[in-house]
Amino acid sequence: MDSPRIRPVPRPRSGTSWLFRMAWRDSRRSRQRLLLFMSAIVLGIAALVAINSFGDNLARSIDGQARELLGADLTLSWTRTPSRRTVQLARTMGRSRSYEVSFPSLVSIPKTGGVRLAQVKGLEGGFPFYGTWEVEPLAAVQTFRQASGRVALVDDALLVQLGAQPGDSVRVGTLSFLIAGRVLKTPGQAAITTTVAPTVFIPNKYLNQTGLLQRGSRIAYKYYYQFPTTTDVGAYIKTISGRLDKEGVNYDTVTARKQQTGRSFADLTKYLSLVAFVALLLGCVGVASAVQLYVKEKIASVAILRTLGASGRQALLIYLIQTALMGLLGAAIGAVLGSAVQLVLPRVFSDFLPVAVETSLSGVAIASGIGTGLLISVLFSLLPLLAIRNVSPLRTLRTSYEDDLSGRDPLRWLVYLLVLGFIVGFSYWQTRSLTLALGFTGGMAVAFGALTGLGLGLIWLVRRFFPASWSYTWRQSLANLYRPNNQTLILVTAVGLGAFLISTLYLTQGLLLNRVELSASGKQPNMVLFDIQNEQLAGVRSLVAQQKLPVLEQVPVVTMRLATINGLTPEAIRKDTSLKIPDWAMMREYRVTYRDSLISSEKLTAGKVPYQANGLPYISFEKAYLDRMHLKIGDTLTFNVQGAPVQTIVGGTREVEWNRVQPNFLVVFPSGVLEQAPQFHVLMTRVPSNEVSAVLQRELVSRFPNVSAIDLGLVLKTIDEILDQISFVIRFMALFSILTGLLVLASSVIISKYQRLRESVLLRTLGASRNQILRITALEYGLLGMLAALAGILLSLLGTWALAQFVFEVTFRPDLAPLAIVAAVVTTLTILIGVFNSREVLVRPPLEVLRNDA
Amino acid sequence: MSILHVENLTKTYRSGGRDLTVLHGVNFTLEPGDTFSIVGPSGSGKTTLLGLCAGLDRASSGSVYLNDIRLDTLSEDQRAAVRNEHVGFIFQNFQLLPTLTALENVMVPLELRGERGAQKAAQALLDRVGLGQRGHHYPTQLSGGEQQRVSLARAFANRPKLLFADEPTGNLDADTSETVVDLLFELNREAGTTLVLVTHDLELAARTQRVIRIRGGAVVDQFVNE
Repeated sequence: MDSPRIRPVPRPRSGTSWLFRMAWRDSRRSRQRLLLFMSAIVLGIAALVAINSFGDNLARSIDGQARELLGADLTLSWTRTPSRRTVQLARTMGRSRSYEVSFPSLVSIPKTGGVRLAQVKGLEGGFPFYGTWEVEPLAAVQTFRQASGRVALVDDALLVQLGAQPGDSVRVGTLSFLIAGRVLKTPGQAAITTTVAPTVFIPNKYLNQTGLLQRGSRIAYKYYYQFPTTTDVGAYIKTISGRLDKEGVNYDTVTARKQQTGRSFADLTKYLSLVAFVALLLGCVGVASAVQLYVKEKIASVAILRTLGASGRQALLIYLIQTALMGLLGAAIGAVLGSAVQLVLPRVFSDFLPVAVETSLSGVAIASGIGTGLLISVLFSLLPLLAIRNVSPLRTLRTSYEDDLSGRDPLRWLVYLLVLGFIVGFSYWQTRSLTLALGFTGGMAVAFGALTGLGLGLIWLVRRFFPASWSYTWRQSLANLYRPNNQTLILVTAVGLGAFLISTLYLTQGLLLNRVELSASGKQPNMVLFDIQNEQLAGVRSLVAQQKLPVLEQVPVVTMRLATINGLTPEAIRKDTSLKIPDWAMMREYRVTYRDSLISSEKLTAGKVPYQANGLPYISFEKAYLDRMHLKIGDTLTFNVQGAPVQTIVGGTREVEWNRVQPNFLVVFPSGVLEQAPQFHVLMTRVPSNEVSAVLQRELVSRFPNVSAIDLGLVLKTIDEILDQISFVIRFMALFSILTGLLVLASSVIISKYQRLRESVLLRTLGASRNQILRITALEYGLLGMLAALAGILLSLLGTWALAQFVFEVTFRPDLAPLAIVAAVVTTLTILIGVFNSREVLVRPPLEVLRNDA
Repeated sequence: MSILHVENLTKTYRSGGRDLTVLHGVNFTLEPGDTFSIVGPSGSGKTTLLGLCAGLDRASSGSVYLNDIRLDTLSEDQRAAVRNEHVGFIFQNFQLLPTLTALENVMVPLELRGERGAQKAAQALLDRVGLGQRGHHYPTQLSGGEQQRVSLARAFANRPKLLFADEPTGNLDADTSETVVDLLFELNREAGTTLVLVTHDLELAARTQRVIRIRGGAVVDQFVNE
């Protein structure tokens, strides 16, 4: 026969609408399951939308309440008295002004004998000009402002700690004040700052009489101003900023404060949104795994469609549309949930917020949350869905045909790249830092990789050392961990990541506390007395001796400022753009000690220890600080030591262990230079108990009121409280990841139910009892939960060990008991969720399933 | 002009590191309207031959011309378009889409062609196979015989030039088989479709005009039924 003439190949004519129709029709009988695996992204999106909405609302609130952040239109503050002209200006500026002098000091409650280091603020005038000072009773503010008598307003935290209340008296230096009111909130101040440094407000006119304003005291002066509404404060401050900068006067405007606060909280919400992103990524891994199972079930249908003439692209699009729509729905539900969760976030963050946050729906956060959910669910679904393109129509003739899906697909690599690009891009969008974005992506890759590796390793171990002699129930449940289409890896990753987050939080908190506790243990000092004047030194030493306490260290401290560097004044340095010496190095106050040797927390890195040669002092700098100043050994520095210029040469650098509880210094002078300079002393001792500590502090307050004491026990307690509050916030965010892990677990169990149903029916047909099936199921999920928990805990132990070893440089001694509790809880939860979702497998009669199968 | 021209068709699979030839140099030509059976024992290569003729697979060598379109040079997607345009299928295990109703299953080939009025045409076909009232039932809600009748309606939906039937009665009882086969030949006659039937049932094969018998992948006999 002659070769036939060739006709053109027909072209497919169905449109996009058919794809949507088919996606809709095909999803009808599996919509519940599709929804289930899309629910894995709901919590991640909810967390993202909640955090970003909260961020938006916070930014809006900061904007709206900007004046309340400062309590004034402008503030000027200094620690070194500026020129007479500037002081005069400060005293006359603005329509109204308020003046505040503050310093740290021990205060006591005579009634209870309680003593504590507090921030004493001598205040006069109408502060705050904006915002409300939350004081109980409200009338106390008026009483305080009139300053007709010795009355004080005291932070609530301090009253609680010292067991005092309004009506009692507080002793500040040599004076007693009646506590007129309890301060609940000062404008612009977050509640947590009162935990660290609770404040006692007293009328300014009594400050001198307290006897605390002595040389060496770390006193800060501040003016609050209110201007007429017509004044452009920003423009006004520009006219005098040069002079203020030169004289070391700090100024703060509403705009600057707003920007600074806004930036800090924008950073906070961005970092927390990364925690939310972890939940979303975890959900997406769940989605990918579920879609993979879904695709396996759909292969026969795809083969039929291909036989009937659908192209590979059409088949792929049908299922991609399904997952995208479900992703969209999941993201929308997440956005609604997130918008609801954001209503509680101001409460979660209440201790950290300087403003009252007004919650309202954030369109941007909702839209970007939904967009992110849609995009990420499509990307992660695409990985398993790509295989659909290659399904051969030959499967309609041969059920065992599997050649079509075994080949390598280069498009998979493109999708991997897209996923990676999305993660980097998203984290960059959240943090605006490429380093952080790459670090986050790398960290996530390591965590997911390590958990997958651990999962694989555990599966291998079970297989390699399979206990062939164990009972049937055990063997069957162990074998289930590595049977075809098992969900072991995804569950170990999802549940393991949850366990990893919980135990890492716990271990890191322990590590931080241990670090401080370790410093406070043994013969290390645990009480620091400072601001001891020269003439008080002998008296304080004898007081310590009377209490039978050792003087472990006594260090003189001289305060000074830099006058010139290599002969150049700060102005000249500022003008010379080739010099990289930062402004703050010139502006700051230096607290310096003098000695000719290094102490145990120091190590010489270059040059020599402090010494004198040719009548010039060769001083020692902390290496990192000198580097930041862009200076080197041999540079000449002139310090202004409270009026007297002292010329020095940088003679050496040291490395300093700042985490030791002892006074460490950036700059150390040699002996023989500063002995006659005005100075105060720091003395360190070790108190054996809280009682002895209280007695010593009471004695100090009554005999040396200006001397302050830091009780390390109290510091520890404060750190613990702060860590508790911070970890509550992180735990709240991590909760989304943990819940997502459990959701992925539940959906994995439900999705693989059909396969289990058939197995269970077969087992029951062969004579297995319901009880046996229940035991097999419970054991399987128990093993899975345990493997996942162990993998997560192991990873967190490794991570925290690395943190201890390389960052904190402390010995890592984790408390294993709480970790065992984490493992037990995770395992039990996994069993409960596994068994609960498998109940249909246990209760459906075998014949019903066999009939349906047929 | 032939509707199906098979030229020296050979199919070799790689199995266990060895080449396994399941079809050796098969040749035949069908004219429009022919009815044709491929018979042979299990494993003889008859389903492989059907798969190659229908463009579900690609031959190792040789050519298949379907309605003058050479299939072996086409991509899978191009062959899919050819199938949708010119071919209908009936399978032993029906191969209905389980998530679609009977009516929607019949509509699929028409919708793939982008035809308007797919629902009306599909409903008419279901009426024709006696399932007009069962259009909204899912495959699992239909008996085997009913599923195969839906499959018949779907096979004729795109007015194919060629109908491939792979053991169409293999999963049916004797009575139902007879009904389905009668319907198949009736519809085929009405539509003037060329029918290629793969079966090991010689009685069924006897109802077609021509028969080829294959064994071990090679044509051992071909004859015309009286």
